[in-house]
Amino acid sequence: MVPLWMYLIVAAIVFCIGVYGVLSRRNAVAILMSVELMLSSVNINLIAFWRYTAPENMAGQVFAAFVFVIAAAEAAVGLAIIISIYRNRRSVIVEDVNLLRG
Amino acid sequence: MLELNAATIAFFIFSIFLVGGALGVVTSSNLIHGALYLIISLFGGAGFFVLLSAPFMAAVQVLVYIGAIAVLIIFAVMLTRSMTRMTEVYNRQWWLSALAGALLLLMLVVGVILPVWGNGGARPNMPISDIVATTEALGVAFVSGDQYVLPFEVASLLLTGVMIGAIVLARDTES
Repeated sequence: MVPLWMYLIVAAIVFCIGVYGVLSRRNAVAILMSVELMLSSVNINLIAFWRYTAPENMAGQVFAAFVFVIAAAEAAVGLAIIISIYRNRRSVIVEDVNLLRG
Repeated sequence: MLELNAATIAFFIFSIFLVGGALGVVTSSNLIHGALYLIISLFGGAGFFVLLSAPFMAAVQVLVYIGAIAVLIIFAVMLTRSMTRMTEVYNRQWWLSALAGALLLLMLVVGVILPVWGNGGARPNMPISDIVATTEALGVAFVSGDQYVLPFEVASLLLTGVMIGAIVLARDTES
């Protein structure tokens, strides 16, 4: 079997690509897609640690399942907010949404 | 060293899917292409779950991530049509973001390979147990009273709240 650290390295690479996307993209939908990438790479980490350290115990998979739930919730509310902003301001560029800036 | 069997080859193919798809998501200026790259990346994740003998998680990854979240994102891209193709993809601090991502990656790789936080992650010849909990055990863990039934119910409540909240937020108030 492939050793654990290779799974962790691949997940770390995907996570850091996601961090770069969140910090650098201007379109809010693209930022949300990068957040999904980060969540999915965290799930890979959780499942990999579960498989290599405690596969007879259910905790790792249960934790990953809750991450799925949170990811779905985050995507639904995030996209609803983005569509609402687009309807009001005709833009989904995060720099244009500056109502709260002093 | 690694022996070259089917599982290792599948691991590398799925790694290419994951990393290549992720790079496509952050670099593509057309968001529809970005969403398709996201699907490729998530599919690679599902392959990883199969390799890690978590078939239920792989099925959930395909159903929830690819079937629901990616389709939701494609819908949002199409509803914000004028924003789909932008000439300026990145903001002005993109090089700072790249620096932050690269530094984080360096830190994570060092933390995984060198035994900085104990040698739990990097033990080279750790024995891997062949006894793997089944999907049935996962289902029992979710609903049995002394395990995870309370978080399970809270998650259902959260999903209900999110559904109502998304409808309220995205509804057109004028009509």
